[in-house]
Amino acid sequence: MDGAVTKMSAGDDGGLVLATTTLAVANMHCGGCMRKAEMALCAIPGVVGARAHLSAKRVSAMHRVGEVPATQLIEALERVGFVAAELTAASLNKRDAADQDLLRRLGVAGFAAANIMLLSVSVWSSRGADMSPSIQSMFHWLSALIALPAIAYAGVPFFRSAARALALRRVNMDVPISLGVTLATLMSVYQSVRGTQHVYFDAAITLLFFLLLGRFLDQRMRVRAAGAAANLLGLAAGSATVIRDSGALERLSASAVGPGMRILTAAGERFAADGRLLQGTGDVDQSLITGEGTPRGVAPGDFVYAGTINLSGPMILEAATTTEGTLLAEIARLMATAEQARGRYVRLADRAARLYAPLVHALGLMTFIGWLSSGQGWEGALTAAIAVLIITCPCALALAVPAVQVAATSRLFARGILVKAADALERLAEIDTVVFDKTGTLTLGRPSLVNAPAVDPATLVAAASLAAGSRHPYARALVRAAQGLDLPIQPVIGVEEIAGFGLERQTASGRERLGAPVWCGLGAKSGTSTLAYRAADGAVTGFTLADQLRPDAAETTRALKAAGLGLEILSGDRPSAVASIGEALQVDACSAQLLPTQKIARLRELKGAGHKVLMVGDGLNDAPALAAAHASLSPASAADISQTAADAVFQGDALSPVLETLAVARAAHRLALQNFAIALGYNLLFVPLAMAGHVTPLLAAIAMSCSSLAVTANALRLRTCKVTLT
Amino acid sequence: MTALAWLIPCALLLGLAGLGAFLWSLHSGQFDDLEGAGWRILEDEDAEPPQQAGHR
Repeated sequence: MDGAVTKMSAGDDGGLVLATTTLAVANMHCGGCMRKAEMALCAIPGVVGARAHLSAKRVSAMHRVGEVPATQLIEALERVGFVAAELTAASLNKRDAADQDLLRRLGVAGFAAANIMLLSVSVWSSRGADMSPSIQSMFHWLSALIALPAIAYAGVPFFRSAARALALRRVNMDVPISLGVTLATLMSVYQSVRGTQHVYFDAAITLLFFLLLGRFLDQRMRVRAAGAAANLLGLAAGSATVIRDSGALERLSASAVGPGMRILTAAGERFAADGRLLQGTGDVDQSLITGEGTPRGVAPGDFVYAGTINLSGPMILEAATTTEGTLLAEIARLMATAEQARGRYVRLADRAARLYAPLVHALGLMTFIGWLSSGQGWEGALTAAIAVLIITCPCALALAVPAVQVAATSRLFARGILVKAADALERLAEIDTVVFDKTGTLTLGRPSLVNAPAVDPATLVAAASLAAGSRHPYARALVRAAQGLDLPIQPVIGVEEIAGFGLERQTASGRERLGAPVWCGLGAKSGTSTLAYRAADGAVTGFTLADQLRPDAAETTRALKAAGLGLEILSGDRPSAVASIGEALQVDACSAQLLPTQKIARLRELKGAGHKVLMVGDGLNDAPALAAAHASLSPASAADISQTAADAVFQGDALSPVLETLAVARAAHRLALQNFAIALGYNLLFVPLAMAGHVTPLLAAIAMSCSSLAVTANALRLRTCKVTLT
Repeated sequence: MTALAWLIPCALLLGLAGLGAFLWSLHSGQFDDLEGAGWRILEDEDAEPPQQAGHR
């Protein structure tokens, strides 16, 4: 059906139990890719059907239960050139439900609004002409027939939210909305009975339609960003090689690794789970956990953490139970308390509602008392008062923020910045201090060749060619350096990886080596070299590898400073390393060797001094600080717990997304305030008319639609206009 | 005015049919992947005879 690649399996009798596995596919871009992915999956025995979702960058495969492991699906996709990962059920389920529910209500509201408008327009246009009162009355009753069930159904999200707020003795924007819609409907029914012209069904349902539209778009954009973030996490989690009791090796996705399993980790791979080392000695890069750049030496019996990189030979570890991971447990505890301390942030729209709702209700009351005391009957007074409440029903006010947020979030999404938290943009707009972690945030978090200019290109090519087949971070850095200089790398065969030392190859003229300086014969004069290459003729060259700043780090920090933001670096690394980075970026406030608790303490200090802090960090040790700060950002290379804690995740090697995010957030804040002004302007225009009793249903409909459209159009400017951080 | 007696029910029924079609297409997952659907229409060959609905 509708284009999905499906196939019939022999003897398919329908009594089959099927399961669905959903995979994130990173590099699926077009219809051809979709087809290729679907065909590749369908070719696997046991797979019944596959369907690719291009906008979500996911593929769902339907297969017989228990017959097709996820790793087999992933391998099939990898064979045709895709990067894929399994997604856990937790990241899938919440996606569609709320989205679809809003869309269904939106459809119903749209249908009702169109039909009621049809009836209303004919009543308005025939005023004083040939329409007899009985026909007019019939049209009103027809409108009621459509409007009552539609409003009861489409209004549920607002009524529910308003009831929840009132139960907590709070006022949010949904309270005046619900009140306005309910009153408009009740009064319209009453006026239909009396046979007058003051029937506002069209205003009530159009209002709901616009509001649902805003809410749906807002929701969908956030779901999209969250889905993309879940894909990133899934792709980063990768897989693990598990050694079974029989000695057989099996590739499992990282999420399937359980306590007690023995995991084989090759040089250059990330450990897939926390655990105790059973076999293997060497160095581990744990900058993602501690922020410390220098590798730590480990031996059997030592505890290593998931996400750290094995820099030496193959290592075997026994996956720990979750309680044993003392660091992780500690981080989780810190995060829980930090989140509590952040407390409930009151959103802009709700703050506006707190001012607006009492004002509007007071105006309504004044109108009622005014008309009553001027000798009007209570019925006329009530009609005028309700007209005031209808005209002030904050349609534009309620759209003001979501419309801007949709424009801002989709603009950021297009630039690879995924905003996950609903109120993140509002919090980001208030930031006056930016706190950076060092390793992996200001720097790339992976080694790169520092002394490339000093190295002879021919030597670099020879070394990079030797390194091309290795997954070791140092080897990868050499290959990247050679590629960066446009040097031709020729893959060579016969390379041996010698655990703990490096790479070796036997050539006709002698032995070539790339690896530890001492092993290559660089000996005592190695100096700052971290890696050495010995050519077949015995000439030795040293390479210096270091974690380098992101290419635009200096530019970005300068721009942030120019915009008047305070900058600070909080790192877990050595003071000398932190100081040199601070100097390069001209950031004075640098603190080194901080524990997660100390990072939180510093954030609290800043908060106490009245600053609104943006925390930008990637390490596991930053996670509590990310949760504690007023707003938080993390790169897509971050530890998964940090990515989950952060309000937004940015992709790529550049640091400029920090700048972009803040600029767009501030522009969004300005536009939201402008929108409030537009909405209030409309009210100022029409409230006096309503109080004077001159608001007709036609006027109400025009006022509400125009203000909603004006607010939306203003918000859409954010998609294209140039924003700079000021 | 007798025209109204059948024109209005007609209009409402057509509207309801539209609403029904929308709710059905929503339920059958046609709005799940708008980007992908745009590409699928360009695919010519049907690899295998369609057998099983790939949607939920």
